[in-house]
Amino acid sequence: MAETILDFKNVCFSWKNSGRELLNLPELLVNQHDHVFLQGPSGSGKSTLLALVGGILVSESGTLKVLGTEIKSLSSSARDSFRVDHIGFIFQLFNLLPYLSIEENVILPLSFSKIRSKRAGRTKVDQVKEAQRLLKALGLGEQLAEKSPVTELSVGQQQRVAAARALIGNPELIIADEPTSALDADLRHSFLDLLFSECKKAGSTLLFVSHDSSLSELFKKKFSMNEINIIKN
Amino acid sequence: MINLFVRSLWNRRSTAVLTIFSISISVTLLLGVENIRQGVRGSFSSAVSGTDIIVGARGGSLQLLLYSIFRIGNAPNNLSWESYIEFNNDKRVKWTIPISLGDSHRGFRVLGTNQNYFKYFRYGSKKKLGFSKGKSFSKLFDAVIGSEVARNLNYQLNEDIIIAHGTGNKSFLKHDDRPFKVVGILRPTGTPVDQTVHVSLEGITAMHIDWESGAPPMEGESLSSEDILKRDLKSEEITSFLIGLKSKIHVFSLQREINTYKEEPLSAIMPGVALQELWNILRTAETGLRVISWFVLFTGLLGMLTALLSGLNERRREMAILRSVGAGPSTISFLLIFEAVFLTFTGILFGLCFLYITLFVSRPLLETYFGLFLPINPPSFKDLFLLGGIILAAMFMGVIPAFKAYRQSLVDGMTIRL
Repeated sequence: MAETILDFKNVCFSWKNSGRELLNLPELLVNQHDHVFLQGPSGSGKSTLLALVGGILVSESGTLKVLGTEIKSLSSSARDSFRVDHIGFIFQLFNLLPYLSIEENVILPLSFSKIRSKRAGRTKVDQVKEAQRLLKALGLGEQLAEKSPVTELSVGQQQRVAAARALIGNPELIIADEPTSALDADLRHSFLDLLFSECKKAGSTLLFVSHDSSLSELFKKKFSMNEINIIKN
Repeated sequence: MINLFVRSLWNRRSTAVLTIFSISISVTLLLGVENIRQGVRGSFSSAVSGTDIIVGARGGSLQLLLYSIFRIGNAPNNLSWESYIEFNNDKRVKWTIPISLGDSHRGFRVLGTNQNYFKYFRYGSKKKLGFSKGKSFSKLFDAVIGSEVARNLNYQLNEDIIIAHGTGNKSFLKHDDRPFKVVGILRPTGTPVDQTVHVSLEGITAMHIDWESGAPPMEGESLSSEDILKRDLKSEEITSFLIGLKSKIHVFSLQREINTYKEEPLSAIMPGVALQELWNILRTAETGLRVISWFVLFTGLLGMLTALLSGLNERRREMAILRSVGAGPSTISFLLIFEAVFLTFTGILFGLCFLYITLFVSRPLLETYFGLFLPINPPSFKDLFLLGGIILAAMFMGVIPAFKAYRQSLVDGMTIRL
């Protein structure tokens, strides 16, 4: 039986000082190895949902289990370690630290997570090799060989480095927040293909967030924020 | 973590270098002002240790102190030899040192005195004058020079020197008919003694013996040195004299007696009191300098805070990336506070380097031109305390961007602001 990766039940969140409710989610279930498409325009509560999953914000009521762990029960620092141990993030843009090399950007999460560090390789050399393997699989062998600074990479290449960083150490969940919105249409599809195949290899569940419903055909499981989020206003 | 910190800071090195630079300048200024202040005070105090009373012609006490000890300015008048003998023979007096000023040698003052000078004069922590070469003057045209005179003019023993009338460097009237011979060179003292040419009182008299009202003798009328030796060379006037008492108890009564002396208008001062007067005058300037250096420090730290805060907007993505890979608020805060402390600490280190380089470079100049001897000491306990306080202040300043970054990270959540 497939394990449950995300399990939301009656999760509510509002900012303490404004009192405005941002999220009211009666139910959301994501199973292991699912590739889920979460569609919603900006302001639909997407960002709040991701911050809750990442443990940066904490819900007021309801239960939110990630990999069976109630996020609310963890301390602030435990949530930080939980996040890096089990989740890889890909942002829309500016994923990379400009002062680190391509490989260093990829292995960045490993210095914050023992679990992923162990999975990526026993020694630092093994970990760098694993980073290089991922980068090559994502089609960045040339840039790697040339030791290009990350600031000279194209947006598409930067996003692929970010994907490698999210995938390294095989976290259970990959969250990609609009990772393709800065890419051209044909690049978009090739990026997604690579992401799908690497997620499959790593055994990771993918939560893909986008406002662009045209990509939803590529996913078997789809949610729309407008349907699952029932805020009163 | 440290690697991340270093690489991130290196990425923003131009701002960092400017911040470090401005902090180091303010530290140099802050400690420099304090150092020079203490150096000046120490230097002045050390030049008169052991002297209880200074006596000169009636005039301001500060003026008397400055011309008799520090060779700054000139005496308004001389005092008579009779008055000097009168107080020299007083029962309460242990020793006196007569001082006769008014001539110079290539910019260095010439001081006429007697053997008491080498026996009783004290400097620093009650140290006696010592000879590095030669001995005290014994003949009429013997001279003993201070270490700085010897070093500066590259004089050795047995050098003939010609003394100029008046105190300017470019005096036209020279006692060139009666050269003096260097018989002794004193050890460095770090006081005006180093810049002085010492001769006997008789030597001073001999130089001026046939001068009429400050003008040199007409040609052919000047006496030969042999003739001078036959003359009675008793001084008629001296500029001032120093008194050492048998017991400090008598200092006030003797001072009062000298100040109210019927035969001649005289001034008697206690060096410590006159110095205090000097400090009072200088205090305003000192306070001004100190206030300025505090403001410079404040500006330096404020500049750092500005750089950190404005940098934070650019670093918002950096923080979000670090958050996404598991860095907690404590890690982010640590990075920012540590950066503030690191910049300040480096600034302090550079500031100390600047300070000591400046002190080492300026010391010989100050010594030559102002007779000030600046001791170069390692930072005092007070200085370290001050520097510690600056680092603490920097830490508190680092809390501001750290808190702001924490707020930003909550608002940003798991997204990157474009």
